[in-house]
Amino acid sequence: MSEHIHARFCLPFSKSDFQLDVDLRLPRQGVTAIFGPSGSGKTTLLRCIAGLQHSPVGELYFGGDCWQRGRHRVPCHRRPIAYVFQEASLFPHLNVAQNLRYALRRAAADGPSLAEVCELLALDALMERRPDRLSGGERQRVAIARALLIAPRLLLMDEPLSGLDPARKAEILPFLEQLCRQSNIPILYVSHSVDEVCRLADHLVVMNDGRVIDQGPLEKMLIDRHLSSDSDSDVSALLRAEVEEIDTQWQLARLAFDGGHLWVRSNGESIGSELRLRIRAQDISITLSAPSDSSILNILPSSIVAISDEPGGAMQLLQLAIGNSQLLARLTRRSVHQLGLRVGMPVYAQLKSVAIIR
Amino acid sequence: MSTAAFLDAADLNALWLTIKLAGVVVALLLVISTPLAWWLCRSRSRWRRPVAAVITLPLVLPPTVLGFYLLLAMGPTGPLGRLTTALGVDSLAFSFSGLVVGSLFYSLPFVVQPLQNAMEAVGQRPLEVAATLRAGPIDRFFTVLLPLCRSGLISAAVLGFAHTLGEFGVVLMIGGNIPGETQVLSVQLYEHVEALDYDRAHRLAALMLLISFATMLLLQWLRRDGRSQKVLGF
Repeated sequence: MSEHIHARFCLPFSKSDFQLDVDLRLPRQGVTAIFGPSGSGKTTLLRCIAGLQHSPVGELYFGGDCWQRGRHRVPCHRRPIAYVFQEASLFPHLNVAQNLRYALRRAAADGPSLAEVCELLALDALMERRPDRLSGGERQRVAIARALLIAPRLLLMDEPLSGLDPARKAEILPFLEQLCRQSNIPILYVSHSVDEVCRLADHLVVMNDGRVIDQGPLEKMLIDRHLSSDSDSDVSALLRAEVEEIDTQWQLARLAFDGGHLWVRSNGESIGSELRLRIRAQDISITLSAPSDSSILNILPSSIVAISDEPGGAMQLLQLAIGNSQLLARLTRRSVHQLGLRVGMPVYAQLKSVAIIR
Repeated sequence: MSTAAFLDAADLNALWLTIKLAGVVVALLLVISTPLAWWLCRSRSRWRRPVAAVITLPLVLPPTVLGFYLLLAMGPTGPLGRLTTALGVDSLAFSFSGLVVGSLFYSLPFVVQPLQNAMEAVGQRPLEVAATLRAGPIDRFFTVLLPLCRSGLISAAVLGFAHTLGEFGVVLMIGGNIPGETQVLSVQLYEHVEALDYDRAHRLAALMLLISFATMLLLQWLRRDGRSQKVLGF
């Protein structure tokens, strides 16, 4: 039995244009983020997978199960999926408990219990409320809980945070992170936010104009594609690291990653725990020799793998290798010229800040 | 003043017949109109607009025109007349059943329109959500669509009922004026005026005014409760 989700859709927009034209193999484990600007076909792809939209030409296999092929098409309500919509999708005529029970009554037999899900998403205080008496963040929490209760074999999430203000996002993200870590259900997560993708995803599909541009492991995609949301300021790289040592005197933690180690502020992590670090390209500067008089804590010997121009002309992005890991550094073109930086050169990367994102 | 003194036996009979007619017609119309409104809402067929136009035709067509064609259809050579003959049942013309058939056409737009508006206001999204929660089409219809259309359903029933109460032209054409069979309030009122019995005419007219006012008041309340939902879409 194939361990993949195979999705091929061809959805014409007009005679010459496609709304969606993809042929994808997606892993059936972990979180796969579908990333791209608005209008790139992300939501359409998710709707075709859910069976909410019909692609006249298409094939969809979930492992060995065929959900669409030729004229055979499993209707949405017979697919073992759950879907979290972008905006509020709770039934307005039912309260929270009734919304949850709507799913529970129709759920597969081996699903989680109401109590488990309510605890995961902290819903106990909301059960008797009607959807119009909930905040946006609370509504999405209930919608996620309802999706889990149906006991899906595939969880589809269509920008579940995009309708929320930053404070509400911050309120829900920890729940989502916990869900993504704990759940053994594969999740397809549509997003146009690099921040969300870095926090949640393992695998990344990059879309534009209804087509898939590239896909692969998140770390590789961030380096290869220089992904950014709205501004260039969030071009970044991701490292997975393990806590190796806690320095109680200076309140620092030493983290080991594939290629070296880093010091970060200790925040009560325990030794051996795994962390995900995000390092923005604009937070890295380059020196040619190891400085001994710098206040910067993390100075990593590395070598330049590639240099590319950024749109605008003033800035360049350096791709750096540190052992088996890679980082991106954004420098002015003048600095690159003055230091005489070339591909293959050994340099020192100074990391001004390292964000622990989970 | 008791009702017995307010209306005499013949008028009471007409009142009862009118209420029975409106009740039967509304019940049938709700059953017919719900799928019809759904189809008008969702269909992309090229027949959608012509069908919608036919359904709304009674809004502008003189009731006597509708009644005239129905009378022809129910006559011994008309399609409905041949059907009743073939089935061995009594002719529809000048009977209560005939009035029911006529009223179905006459009041159809008043039931379809509020339902269609309510369904359009509900939109596709709640039904899609239900589908992702394993609810099949019939399940979705009863557990999501109907509850969300509740105020539209009530408006449709109230409007259909009230409109059938006031029917006159169609009744006169296909029903005539048979006490206990086709003699409804509006026709009875006309009879009283013809006979210059203004006292009885006043009572019937006042009664119908009161019923109509109460109905519209009820609709206004519904409109407030339903907030964004339009009660009358035309």
